[in-house]
Amino acid sequence: MMDILNALVVLANFVMIPAVAYGSQLALGALGVTLVYGVLRFSNFAHGDTMAFGTMVVILVTWWFQSMGISFGPLPTALLALPFGIAATAVLVIGSDRMVYRFYRQTKSEPVVFLIVSLGVMFVLNGLVRFIIGPNDQSFSDGERFIIKVGDFKKMTGLDEGLAIKTTQGITVVTAIVVVAALFWFLNKTRTGKSMRAFSDNEDLALLSGINPERVVFYTWLIVAALATIAGTLYGLDKSFKPFVYFQLLLPIFAAAIVGGLGNPLGAIAGGFVIAFSEVTITYAWKKVITYVVPETWAPDGLVQLLSTEYKFAVSFVILVIVLLIKPTGLFKGKSL
Amino acid sequence: MSEPFLIGDCMTGGYGKGPDILHDCTIAVEKGEIAVIVGPNGAGKSTAMKAVFGMLDVRQGAVRLDGKDITKLSPQDRVLQGMGFVPQTHNIFASMTVEENLEMGAYIRTDDFSQTMEQVYDLFPILREKRNQAAGELSGGQRQQVAVGRALMTKPTVLMLDEPTAGVSPIVMDELFGRIIEVARTGISILMVEQNAHQALEIADKGYVLVQGANAYTGTGKELLADAEVRKSFLGG
Amino acid sequence: MSDTQKTYALFALVAVLILGTGFVQSWNTALFILNMGLISAIMSLGVNLQWGIAGLLNVGIMGFVALGGLATVLVSMEPVPDAWEAGGPRILMGLAVGAISIVALVLSYTKLPKGWVRAIGTIVVAVIGFYVTRSVLDPAVQAVEGVNPALTGYLGGLGLPVLISWPVGGLFAAAAAWVIGKTALGLRSDYLAIATLGISEIIIAVLKNEDWMTRGVKNVIGIPRPVPYEVDLQADPSFVERATSFGLDPMTASTIYVKLGYAVLFAIVLIVLLWLSQMALKSPWGRMMRAIRDNETAARAMGKNVTARHLQVFILGSAICGIAGAMMTTMDSQLTPSSYQPLRFTFLIWVMVIVGGSGNNLGSILGGFLVWFLWVQVEPLGAALMDIITSPMAEDSALRDHLVKSAAYMRLLTMGIFLLVMLRFSPKGLIPEK
Repeated sequence: MMDILNALVVLANFVMIPAVAYGSQLALGALGVTLVYGVLRFSNFAHGDTMAFGTMVVILVTWWFQSMGISFGPLPTALLALPFGIAATAVLVIGSDRMVYRFYRQTKSEPVVFLIVSLGVMFVLNGLVRFIIGPNDQSFSDGERFIIKVGDFKKMTGLDEGLAIKTTQGITVVTAIVVVAALFWFLNKTRTGKSMRAFSDNEDLALLSGINPERVVFYTWLIVAALATIAGTLYGLDKSFKPFVYFQLLLPIFAAAIVGGLGNPLGAIAGGFVIAFSEVTITYAWKKVITYVVPETWAPDGLVQLLSTEYKFAVSFVILVIVLLIKPTGLFKGKSL
Repeated sequence: MSEPFLIGDCMTGGYGKGPDILHDCTIAVEKGEIAVIVGPNGAGKSTAMKAVFGMLDVRQGAVRLDGKDITKLSPQDRVLQGMGFVPQTHNIFASMTVEENLEMGAYIRTDDFSQTMEQVYDLFPILREKRNQAAGELSGGQRQQVAVGRALMTKPTVLMLDEPTAGVSPIVMDELFGRIIEVARTGISILMVEQNAHQALEIADKGYVLVQGANAYTGTGKELLADAEVRKSFLGG
Repeated sequence: MSDTQKTYALFALVAVLILGTGFVQSWNTALFILNMGLISAIMSLGVNLQWGIAGLLNVGIMGFVALGGLATVLVSMEPVPDAWEAGGPRILMGLAVGAISIVALVLSYTKLPKGWVRAIGTIVVAVIGFYVTRSVLDPAVQAVEGVNPALTGYLGGLGLPVLISWPVGGLFAAAAAWVIGKTALGLRSDYLAIATLGISEIIIAVLKNEDWMTRGVKNVIGIPRPVPYEVDLQADPSFVERATSFGLDPMTASTIYVKLGYAVLFAIVLIVLLWLSQMALKSPWGRMMRAIRDNETAARAMGKNVTARHLQVFILGSAICGIAGAMMTTMDSQLTPSSYQPLRFTFLIWVMVIVGGSGNNLGSILGGFLVWFLWVQVEPLGAALMDIITSPMAEDSALRDHLVKSAAYMRLLTMGIFLLVMLRFSPKGLIPEK
């Protein structure tokens, strides 16, 4: 019995909690991608670097706050800097829409052209972020590190194995829930949100109904800026901020959005967790958990790690390929072909 | 003769920079009346109606609503002037509920439209029953009712329907026509393009038979149905 | 100015720029730019084939280039006998088992009756295949990597002449392209782009981690060359004599000679590929490809198997990139998996194709040279500019320090803006498609 409990604790500590946190971050990222796809009808390859940009502004403001002695108590100061990051990112994405994407919208260009253009925007952002903050790891988290510490947990429960919940993981989940709830409320209960859904559903009919396309586009970018900054900041707090990593997140984020069904917000969330859980479980070394659960003679010698962590995005990629081969519209039937 | 409520007068034009599809074509509706446009495939029926709605280039001729020249207005502006348009396909927001579809229909309205919604539900009781269901899940006939209901939310003075019974079973077609008559009874003029010429002409106050973008026969529904020429050419004798 | 005159003029401009570099800076720099320009031109040719002629978006160029580099190692490095003894055959067996598992997986998916029988069956086959392959492979991999890790720790190659690795690199890339193409073609272009991004990341990850094949981050140095070594030239008295008669010291002369050797080889490859591409373009096949690109629905209606044609083009274009990758690694004489940045080079090639002229082979070659030249020269220019901008600042100012270090990223930024501007105002490029 104790063994089962210990196994569960290890599972929770090394698989469940990290996967839930990572899944929330991916879900927020995928929501941004899926919104752009649903309303603006193109795959935004610049999303990863948009997240990096937003997080960068948050980091700079956080440092500034920290230098002025402002803090947020046990919570990271970065949360206070979040509105500034969102504002800056909003200016950035709306600016890039005005200067870049709008032209192609007005000339009704092919989706592929939008993709290439978003690549161009990605490179500009890439250079910009590195220019301003450099390519290296930046740390900016402060406040209480843990909600529960391993030692405290062991004392409380008397088990051999300990469990720790980092503040950043807790914040990630709470923030994600709040953001998603707010987003769904907006999309389903407000006139503007419904007009966005109508525009995404049937553009011609929406125009006929008098819905202003530029306003819809504007609100979409605002929401995307908020989602990108929040997702990026949560990820940066939880793991670390390094511009290159945000580019690498493109693959799991797009995989999550596609798996869930591109254009479907609910799908983006589900996809985020599917990808996160797959990545974590496949690259986790199961030796400890198995040893607790099976009789001694069956205990494994090796680490029982299916794939090394180096290959973690191979996991998202394989899942993506499988979905593309079997069900390209995704789990929740988004727009596809 | 007084000016009809809505008239597309001697329209000549086509899409974009393309050739003329309509040649001196005239379509008119009186207030509270049902006018139907019929003709063989490719006759330019939908094109004529789209011309009245402003979706193509009218190079010669004019369109007038209640005496006002609206030839230069965009479709959205014509909606503001009181025109309603139900396209043939993709005429609902499939992923949104029936009620949300109606809400979107009333998007340009700034006043309280709950009474109008009640009127639409009275007209189409099945929609009230399914108000919270996704419109895309409804049957073909019910979807058409959603489409018409959506267009009615702006309280238009004239409602234009592009082949409303396309792809619908005969029983549903009868029901739809019945509803259309009721809409006309509330004082809204109806302009309709129809493939099912016989049934459409039976409920029409005025009928226009178009051939290759020009008026071929014009008259009341009954007159056209009785006309031997028309019957032979388009109604199967 | 007629089109042909304009083409000649632009190429002349590039020649002048490179020659100018030779005179103003150094011949070594000029030749380095020329050689990388040739390689970039070949890669642009490949990408242009996919994009300009078939409208396929390949964001994973680096992966195919890396496969070319892998080919040089696997073909031309000498085999390591101890490593082979330790685990070579077993590794081969493991790979075979892996291949069989994948075939079994595909078969079970396609042959089993639909429903949960197929689902369970496929999963079972996948799990068994995975475990069997790993149990065969893992001990062998460990054994091989354990053999003298400082110097080797890998299996080595076949010891064949390095020039053979160039077409082999093309083959590797073609194989990978086939896999991706079968999966992602026929779906939206976005999906192809993401799939290519994914495969390139995986290929590079494999190169970085499978030490038994590539030594991973330890790199493989000393890859054989098709041209003489500088030290050998410097030791050859007749060469030294000719060098001094040109007024050059032997060391500089030897490096120039080596680079010229590469230039000649690369130019030959480029000319052959260009000739083949031009022939293909003008052929009925090429016309059909462009017809498909311009109106896919009509082409399908005429019975053309669009997806199969797209697959052909995708494979060919990727193969060309693979060849270029092999050439590049040969010139470097080493395989550095960590140097394959999925971002930077992919982006540059795209700028080359768009700027040069998508859909036009000569255009992409021109783009290759011109953009590469700009990319290299903008760096010292940017640094110089940054120096001027920061000169009024204090010597030890942190801002100055940061700005100077960031000059490199200005390059990325300006190139990105350049790409966006070109896409907007001159999407057909300098030498547009005819």
